[in-house]
Amino acid sequence: MNIQIRKLYYGDIPEDKTGGAIVSKDTKSDWPLWEVFIRSKQGLDHKHVGSLHAADAQMAIENARDVYTRRMEGVSIWVVESKHITASNPEEAGELYEPAVDKIYRHPTFYDLPDEVNHM
Amino acid sequence: MNNDLINYTLHLADNSLILGQRNSEWCGHGPVLEQDIAITNISLDLIGQARNFYQYAALLRKDGSTEDSLAYLRTEREYKNCLLTEQPNGDWAQTILRQFFFSSYQYLLYQQLQTGEDKQLAAIAEKSLKEATYHLRWSSEWVIRLGDGTEESHDRMLKAADELWRYTGEMFIAADYEKKTGIDIAALKEPWQKRVKEIFNEATLPYPEKIFMQEGGKQGKHTEHLGYILSQLQYMQRAYPGCEW
Repeated sequence: MNIQIRKLYYGDIPEDKTGGAIVSKDTKSDWPLWEVFIRSKQGLDHKHVGSLHAADAQMAIENARDVYTRRMEGVSIWVVESKHITASNPEEAGELYEPAVDKIYRHPTFYDLPDEVNHM
Repeated sequence: MNNDLINYTLHLADNSLILGQRNSEWCGHGPVLEQDIAITNISLDLIGQARNFYQYAALLRKDGSTEDSLAYLRTEREYKNCLLTEQPNGDWAQTILRQFFFSSYQYLLYQQLQTGEDKQLAAIAEKSLKEATYHLRWSSEWVIRLGDGTEESHDRMLKAADELWRYTGEMFIAADYEKKTGIDIAALKEPWQKRVKEIFNEATLPYPEKIFMQEGGKQGKHTEHLGYILSQLQYMQRAYPGCEW
């Protein structure tokens, strides 16, 4: 599928302001973006560490192994294509998060704990 | 016997060093950032293996050699690497196929070597086998990806196979110094061919026909490419003997 896209990277000046042409690009020729999650040791969670390009899931795992675990950072890798992640909209932060601010009774801070109980 | 062992150890070291040096030429030029890192990672694995073998060879020689003098101060005729490892990078397809042919071989070889009589070589082989296993997996997937990819990538793989096939026969012909190692190098040929057939089949590439095979690398008779590699590799030590940094 041939579609018109405008490629912008960080710090780029939009082409229509510089007089450059809008590039026509075959979207299929670009490798998709993958998000990478690494578990640093057994028992811990997988943590998001970054993203990379790869043609398929297997290549994404291998790229992640080379890019993100070469200094012994991990024992397990997850990859997921970035397009499968749905993110919350920052503009909706008000209605999403602010209602929780004044509900301090949701924190378990109103119990008297015996001294013997540590790590609560 | 000891001389044979030294030469054999040098042969193993030279294979890894030369292929590592070749792959390192991609550093900063890989087709995409991720593959640039992948191929140079493999390069570092190979150079690491070469160091282990050179250190052992230096120890056996008892003549004041070091891993550095063995890598930097031997001439082309003293190098014993297989011809395949010194072939030019060409395009990505050729680099991938060279790695696949060689990793398939190295994988089988290290498996044998780790159970061999010589304890030091066995230990190095055991450690290096994990790396070779990954190189084989990585390069196999790339052969399939390119062979069964677009028309252009398929054509480039065919061209690469055409270019490299003639250097694959030598690997399975034992040099004199290989004959007393206890490893039957000719016996690796069949499993190697089986692996190549499997992967080529999956990659929709025809298995190459029988052609005349080049040999001589193991005896120090190289293609014209090795001289250029060594002049680049050894330049600093030749120009400034004993320099360190």
